Amino acid sequence: MLYNIFKAFWVGGVICVIAQIIIDKTKLTPARIMVSYVVAGAILTLIGIYEPIVKYAGAGATVPIIGFGYSLCKGVIKAVNEKGLIGVMIGGITATAGGITAAILFGYLAALLSKPRLK
Amino acid sequence: MGSLTKNQYDEMVKKASPNSKIVKDCFFAFLIGGAICAVGQIILDIIKSYGFSKEFSSNFTSMAMIFLGSFLTAFTVYDKIAEYGKAGMLVPITGFANSIVSAAMEFKSEGYILGLGAKMFTVAGPVLVFGAISSVACGIVYYIFKMLF
Repeated sequence: MLYNIFKAFWVGGVICVIAQIIIDKTKLTPARIMVSYVVAGAILTLIGIYEPIVKYAGAGATVPIIGFGYSLCKGVIKAVNEKGLIGVMIGGITATAGGITAAILFGYLAALLSKPRLK
Repeated sequence: MGSLTKNQYDEMVKKASPNSKIVKDCFFAFLIGGAICAVGQIILDIIKSYGFSKEFSSNFTSMAMIFLGSFLTAFTVYDKIAEYGKAGMLVPITGFANSIVSAAMEFKSEGYILGLGAKMFTVAGPVLVFGAISSVACGIVYYIFKMLF
């Protein structure tokens, strides 16, 4: 179990360092970094590069936002295999529905409970 | 090299400092980003050890991380750590939750529907839009690939 945590730590750390270097070198905004990471995750999964990384690092590969792209692409592939063409439309969001709903629900509740920020 | 003027020295400092800033940023991004992923792995392993399926465990882990990210943001803990962690706090899924809550908090005064409900997606919205589009694109490519081979 400790070895698993170590693997998650260093792979997750490296993924964050890559983003940090991009931010410092190009001045890309955080929103653009997140969007490009998600798209990159989907593409890397499609061409079969990301699955081995997930197998090795576990949460180190799925907790970073690239993992969102990974789940989207994996879901769509699974749905196309099971349901054919309609899977193209429903696969991605179905696979990530839990995470998206959690983000909306917990995000809204947490913001409700927070103190209004002073401007 | 003993005869540097003040100007030359300033120039050298300017040249050297952006790099040392990047090294420092990367160091903290690695430590903090890695630590967040390690927390995720701990949750994942604990849930798995109770005999739940792989799908349930990984779903539960993302939800738990989103929960932590949301409420740590609401209690202003998240942004304090983010000052040091930078990309280490942005890239993990907790950063996605953070972007939702901090945008919502900023517009709370505009009401619960058009303030909180609409503005919470200022940063998260584009992520969902491009995520959905790229999943459809991947699906189409995969479908064609499957038909041909």
